[in-house]
Amino acid sequence: MCGIAGIVNLNGQPVAPALLDRMIERIRHRGPDDCGSHTDRQVGLAHARLSIIDLASGGQPMHNEDKSVSIVFNGEIFNYIELRADLMRRGHRFRTQCDTEVILRLYEESGEECVRHLNGQWAFAIWDSRRERLFLSRDRLGVRPLFYTIADQSLIFGSEMKSIFALPHVSREIDPVALDQIFTFWVAIPPRTTFKGIRELPPGHSMTVQQGRITVARHWQLDYGAGGDDAPEDARTEEEYSAKLLELLVDATRIRLRSDVPVGAYLSGGLDSTLVTALIRRFTGAPLKTFSIGFDDPEFDETRYQNEAVRFLGTHHQEVGCTLADIGRVFPGVVWHAERPILRTAPAPLYILSGLVRKHGYKVVLTGEGSDEMLGGYDIFKEAKIRRFCAARPDSRLRPRLLKRLYPYLGNLQSQSGAYLQAFFGARRDQTEDEFFSHRPRWQLTSQLKTVFSGSVRSEIGAYDGLAELREALPAGYSGWDGLCQAQYLEAAYLLPGYILSSQGDRMAMAHSVEARFPFLDHRVVEFAARIPPRLKMKVLNEKYLLKRCADGLVPPSVRNRPKQPYRAPEGKCFFGGARLEYVDELLSPERIAHDGIFDPVTVQKLVAKFRDGRAIGIKDNMALVGVLSTQLVHDQFVKGFREEFAYAERRAGTAAICH
Amino acid sequence: MPNVEQELRRFVIDNFPFGQVGDGLSNDDSFLDQGIIDSTGVLELVTFLEETYEIKVEDEELIPDNLDSINRLVKFLQRKLQVSS
Repeated sequence: MCGIAGIVNLNGQPVAPALLDRMIERIRHRGPDDCGSHTDRQVGLAHARLSIIDLASGGQPMHNEDKSVSIVFNGEIFNYIELRADLMRRGHRFRTQCDTEVILRLYEESGEECVRHLNGQWAFAIWDSRRERLFLSRDRLGVRPLFYTIADQSLIFGSEMKSIFALPHVSREIDPVALDQIFTFWVAIPPRTTFKGIRELPPGHSMTVQQGRITVARHWQLDYGAGGDDAPEDARTEEEYSAKLLELLVDATRIRLRSDVPVGAYLSGGLDSTLVTALIRRFTGAPLKTFSIGFDDPEFDETRYQNEAVRFLGTHHQEVGCTLADIGRVFPGVVWHAERPILRTAPAPLYILSGLVRKHGYKVVLTGEGSDEMLGGYDIFKEAKIRRFCAARPDSRLRPRLLKRLYPYLGNLQSQSGAYLQAFFGARRDQTEDEFFSHRPRWQLTSQLKTVFSGSVRSEIGAYDGLAELREALPAGYSGWDGLCQAQYLEAAYLLPGYILSSQGDRMAMAHSVEARFPFLDHRVVEFAARIPPRLKMKVLNEKYLLKRCADGLVPPSVRNRPKQPYRAPEGKCFFGGARLEYVDELLSPERIAHDGIFDPVTVQKLVAKFRDGRAIGIKDNMALVGVLSTQLVHDQFVKGFREEFAYAERRAGTAAICH
Repeated sequence: MPNVEQELRRFVIDNFPFGQVGDGLSNDDSFLDQGIIDSTGVLELVTFLEETYEIKVEDEELIPDNLDSINRLVKFLQRKLQVSS
């Protein structure tokens, strides 16, 4: 796991090595163990290494014998042992035990089709000097990041946007349309990013650069209509589905333990991470180390379930406590790493958690990410099902009351009357044909936050219609999929890579040089899960039903049967009520808001007053506050100045407290 | 109840910074349609009514017919205050 960066001069000029050094230096947190660069005429590649496999000889950039093909690679190929054996049978000779070399040889063997054989998480760049062709690729689900831009006739790419901004001629400007998307969908729609002109290579895509021409093409698509070679859907029994899913999860976990350094696990106390931990226990005799976060606020704390899982599975467990003040203190660092506005503080505890992992000398953890998307765990899926049920009888005042069962942990919702629940979540019968039915309430609620934008941002956004863009991008066949599959697709294609795996995942883990691996996102699991009948993913209103069957006997019954608790962290309270945070006062001051020009000073003032008086309780106020503050931090750290040094004393203190 | 109307308007404008609030809000505009109120907003509104006007809002009164615009709120309050006086 590592960081990569590079430059291709489209006008054929040679690349100055000093530029590569600047770029890679900005992302050394991704690879503190080693770094290297390579230039060949108009191309330069750089790499920062976090040594995990073949510690002695896995240095990068790596080349073939005559140096005609070179690679920089961030990620892991988990089936590299099988691929290596297969390539050796076909006459390839290897100099290392490293998965990087497997990609290199596979590229020599099958060119750009090589990605089809890979099981793993990757972002890599291969320079093929014979063909004068650069090949960039990103894994199927978007676990590993890759950004690029074109400036002054150069294509510049890197694992994080800050490596691209290390070049002084790259402009740094927030894109109002990205703000519109984030304040609707919670993510920017790839290839768009927070910044004008900076693009992300979308998950499941590859890109080639040859003779100044850039081509981006999809190499994988999540498809809920795929038939595959297996038995037709209803020919399998529930037992057969469950057995097959478990078999795949077992193998996905097994190959994710391949590492020359010890592997730990995150243990949240939920079904997914507990099952992953249980599967690891089956394969390793060595003591397994697990890590978790505890909150001082009981509304968010899951320590009880974590402890039950630890006792049941016999792991060596480390917990880090997280307070409101901790979140407030580390938040500027969180945004520095996330490189985008966020509407939730939930990345902050994960930033703190990766600090704990690093402190204990671990570089690799397995986690339960991806299960909710692929196997039907999220509340939004259940909410959509209930709303469809309500829409069938729009006059019923009783049906909407089911929504209260859906969100038992949301006190505010418990006090609502059926009439208001109907107003917030209800749908007419004709609306159930809407392709975004499942996500309408979330997106509508979030869109209302946009009235906090300044007049100039609103006029730059103009008539832009994010829904239309999303509709254009829907895959063929989408309209014929089951409602649950449509909702799963929207989560897996957008929120998963754009927020869960990046802002909460890669960026928070790599901030402390930790690599996360996700058995539920093994593409064999994902492709199989896409063919599980919806009724087995969610049985009536029992979420992740089939997975729970798989987990029977493997996890403590209390963890298996507990009601789902989504991972959440305290929000606006983190920034008010305790010791005053200098950066909050400064960035939210009316003068600063007016000067920066992104938000409307009067609206922000009202919002801040509500928090200062302790009157803000609603989800909308909280999302708005976190959204405004994080956008202001993005502006301060990336646009106004681009700072190598941490901007604020709080962040220095916060990071020091966690890392040392 | 002109003062009550002004008080309610002030409360809505100050407390619900989102949606089409401000001078453009007419007394008949639906808080739901205008995106002014979410599920917690209803509770904030009811807490305000109960504390400011010393009334008790019953569960079955928590309906948009009573609470979803300035004018509806004024009428609802009139009824409640008559009953309690």
